[in-house]
Amino acid sequence: MATAMTETLTAAEPVDLLAKFDPIIQTREQLLAAGVEDPFNLVMEQVLSPPRAICNGRDTILLGTYNYMGMTFDPDVIAAGQAAMQDFGAGTTGSRVLNGTFRDHRDVETALREFYAMDHAMVFSTGYQANLGIISTLAGKGDYIILDIDSHASIWDGCAMGNAEVVPFKHNDVEALEKRLKRVPEGAGKLVVLEGVYSMMGDVAPLKEMVRISKAHGAMVLVDEAHSMGFIGEHGRGVAEDQGVIDDVDFIIGTFSKSVGTVGGFCVSNHPKFEVLRLVCRPYVFTAALPPSVMASSATSIRKLMHGGNKRAHLWENSRTLHGGLRALGFQLGTETPQSAIIAVIMPDLEKGAMMWEALLKEGLYVNLARPPATPAGMTLLRCSLCAEHSAEQVQTILGMFERAGKAIGIV
Amino acid sequence: MTPADVDAKIRTLIEPFNKKGVAIEDATTFAGDLEFDSLTVMDFVAEIEDEFDVIISMNQQAEIENWGQLVAAVHKLQDS
Repeated sequence: MATAMTETLTAAEPVDLLAKFDPIIQTREQLLAAGVEDPFNLVMEQVLSPPRAICNGRDTILLGTYNYMGMTFDPDVIAAGQAAMQDFGAGTTGSRVLNGTFRDHRDVETALREFYAMDHAMVFSTGYQANLGIISTLAGKGDYIILDIDSHASIWDGCAMGNAEVVPFKHNDVEALEKRLKRVPEGAGKLVVLEGVYSMMGDVAPLKEMVRISKAHGAMVLVDEAHSMGFIGEHGRGVAEDQGVIDDVDFIIGTFSKSVGTVGGFCVSNHPKFEVLRLVCRPYVFTAALPPSVMASSATSIRKLMHGGNKRAHLWENSRTLHGGLRALGFQLGTETPQSAIIAVIMPDLEKGAMMWEALLKEGLYVNLARPPATPAGMTLLRCSLCAEHSAEQVQTILGMFERAGKAIGIV
Repeated sequence: MTPADVDAKIRTLIEPFNKKGVAIEDATTFAGDLEFDSLTVMDFVAEIEDEFDVIISMNQQAEIENWGQLVAAVHKLQDS
């Protein structure tokens, strides 16, 4: 019997679980065989300032970091982190609900409540986990999640992790949202999930109408403001604030890895029962809390962002100059007008996009190469995100680099 | 509506999406035979939802691979 078992085991043909990724391996090999530097394997050997680094051996202007407000090198932010690391150690080694809540975890949640003028704030280890945890926990079996088709991967994964019915609607289409809200069976819980700024094209959502319609149909509303915190809206609270509907939004999701300049994610809310989520949200409970240094740096950064009016104005100036300049050069852009600090340059195809990306890198400019499935409608994009620390001269330098690279590759 | 009526109705809705004019039978699959990508699926589903005033959630879509299953699912949904 034992012999027979062994024979069966050795005779079985092993199934390579990685074989399903062969098409991706091939695409990547073809790209690299064409001589292109690997767009997904860039190394920052030295970071000189928020918008400047030595990348793959070259002095490079960074135009694809989401470091919108340039807080990564703010002296106060660094000092706060250094002090906390000195006093509280390098890490927490524990969950927020066990031994992982330190003084600065509480303080960063206080800073968020102040920043958003809301009653509750809950900090996660990343923005991805904030969406994953909040969405999967809020919407359970029998509930409906109604979301924009161009939602970020973390939102989709939050949907996939829960048991709710998932109903997407066409990007930024108010009427499509309303139709779906009307068709949800009576009595079912409804969560509408929207983003303030969509990160691929840099376009803003019509939150004013969408939030109003969602509320009229008895839905709760969650808005991901990852790409707007710190510079959109009067207090930098995001697109919902800018469009005057923040009081009707039930949950705002955000991240520390963009304007705040550190790492971490959060949810803020005025819901009176919000605190229970700390006990039932698995991506909050079953992971280690962020290091105290990250919390102290984040709290300092958030409080400084409350008074960042001048930097904000300069960031908008940069966005307008780059958008207008690229258009004048003949590039096709994701939005007609500059709506955020993201400007998406649409490439004819992946091959041209990769060539353009490399040409820019050789000029000394880093942008994000974005391609399907992350992009809508199968597009290849060169995604530029501006920083308040880019000088006006740097933006002109960037335009010159785009012009030379675009002509060399034959895109303009 | 009878299953035959539902079938006839969806057949007119799929025409603009069936660019290669694939002959549609019960076993015709959307991903394989019709080569629908996720955006095409969204647009096609939206057409059906609007026509029959129903919701076909992504959870339900995951169970629908071929034409016969779609007609049966929509027939059931508009009945309830």
